[in-house]
Amino acid sequence: MFKNVFRFYYEGFRSMTWGRKLWGIILIKLFIMFAILRLFFFPDILQKEFNSDEERSNYVLEQLTNP
Amino acid sequence: MLDSIDMSLVDWSRGQFALTAMFHWIFVPLTLGLSFIVAFMHTIYVRTGNEEWKQITKFWMKLFGINFAIGVSTGIILEFEFGTNWSNYSWFVGDIFGAPLAIEGILAFFLESTFVAIMFFGWNKVSKRFHLTATWLTAFGASLSAIWILVANAWMQKPVGTAFNPETARNEMTNFWDILFSDMAVNKFLHTITSSFLLASIFVIGVSAWFLLRKREVLFAKRSTIVASVFGVIAGIATIFTGDTSARIVGREQPMKFAAMEALYDGQTHAPLVAIGALRTDTAGLPMPREDFIFKFEIPNALSYMVFLTPSGFIPGITDLVYGNEEQGIISYEEKIERGAVAIQTLKELKRAKERGDEATYTALRKKFDDPQWLKEYYQHFGYGYYKGRELKELIPNVKMSFYSFHIMVMLGTHFLIFSIIALWLSLKNRWGNHKWLLWVAILTLPMPWIASQTGWLVAEMGRQPWVVYELMPNITAVTRLTPGAVQLTFWIFLATFTVLFIAEIKILATQIKKGPGGK
Repeated sequence: MFKNVFRFYYEGFRSMTWGRKLWGIILIKLFIMFAILRLFFFPDILQKEFNSDEERSNYVLEQLTNP
Repeated sequence: MLDSIDMSLVDWSRGQFALTAMFHWIFVPLTLGLSFIVAFMHTIYVRTGNEEWKQITKFWMKLFGINFAIGVSTGIILEFEFGTNWSNYSWFVGDIFGAPLAIEGILAFFLESTFVAIMFFGWNKVSKRFHLTATWLTAFGASLSAIWILVANAWMQKPVGTAFNPETARNEMTNFWDILFSDMAVNKFLHTITSSFLLASIFVIGVSAWFLLRKREVLFAKRSTIVASVFGVIAGIATIFTGDTSARIVGREQPMKFAAMEALYDGQTHAPLVAIGALRTDTAGLPMPREDFIFKFEIPNALSYMVFLTPSGFIPGITDLVYGNEEQGIISYEEKIERGAVAIQTLKELKRAKERGDEATYTALRKKFDDPQWLKEYYQHFGYGYYKGRELKELIPNVKMSFYSFHIMVMLGTHFLIFSIIALWLSLKNRWGNHKWLLWVAILTLPMPWIASQTGWLVAEMGRQPWVVYELMPNITAVTRLTPGAVQLTFWIFLATFTVLFIAEIKILATQIKKGPGGK
């Protein structure tokens, strides 16, 4: 069954004569998004700066209560 | 802390989010609408066995595929921004957003992506009926994935079914169904998908008109126009109906947005609806700038009727909402600011009590956050507390932007419905294509649904400013304290990337359209 599913996708992608340029664009887009933007420009600040949910809560509470 | 906040940080962060969302929204409505049009065409092919319909289906499926592929995952960038640029907000709403978005990811996305593959690759490989089922499931899957993000957005506009936990600073879900079926969520979903269906119909009619003008693929173009115009008329009527319901909900739940949409400063009963108008900013001698009409054409009583279904309904103006109106039971922003400040102070004292281990004070204060009366009186205005000592005008959305966006959306929406009716009528009489000028109108109309759709979102999002979570969290509190320069950098990176992607989409679409239904 898995072999059939694989063949289905494999042949489908191979026969996409109009899709090669499109796939190129998609791969470049995903690379920019996940390998560049996510890694270098968009860290999850609270995940990165704090080790536990309690620390995160305390930080946000501080932000909310000391306007 | 907020006194020292660099407003350019807030503005750049908002600009960046708006840019990403607006770019994402170029692709989404076409995916939502075109998937159903393709499904209708595919159904006709399966029922008739006519090869011409197979070609028609394959052509529009190809355009759907290009749009889907380029647009897919552009929305994930918004989630990156939640974690980086809006971390306080992200934490504050985490549990509410977590559930709907997780469902979106697991259920709808996998359903959609599995059946998209069968839809594209299934020709002559799976049975006709299974193939058709996959096409329909792709269409429903696309709409299903839209539900969850729209539910999350609706919750930000009307936070229901949740309770704020003062220990964790997070909102926790108390009733999933209240969130899913809030009037705001249901109507937002219906208005969004029906307007997306209308957008796709106009797209198909416009592209078909190009073929007719060039006298190419005439049968293909006429058949495509019939399917699209039937769909367009139904979607157009539904869009106007849901838009009307939306105005009613906004009028009751977000009166400031509603007043801004109509540039209504002084509340009144028998309030007229401005059909067309132009605004001029007047700053002379007023405590805050005011938009006056240079000219306007009004429909008497229509605004009151729109919200309350009776002309005697009182529609509060911006002045009533800011300064209060005792007669109408509207409390002033000053009062809301005071009450909000009490709620913030209570939260602060609760935090301090916990830190110093003062159990008695902590328990007494913690009880307040479970007391419905206190919540209604104070916590409901929590967000206003951040405006103590700040200018009141910060609590008023951009009136010009709200007014023009709303009116452009309504005017264009009406044009699309009338145009779809004309296209359908002439198609049924087999006279569509006889009038060159109408085909040109179809081509010129083609980009307009995107303008209408984007302005619709501008009304929804700009009109509720400064609130990120309505009346609970303003943008100045939600934003992460980054340097404005860092946000500017990513803004320009996005702009460059998105522009390239957009040009690529247009080029690939145009190439495939030029090749026509017989092209490889």
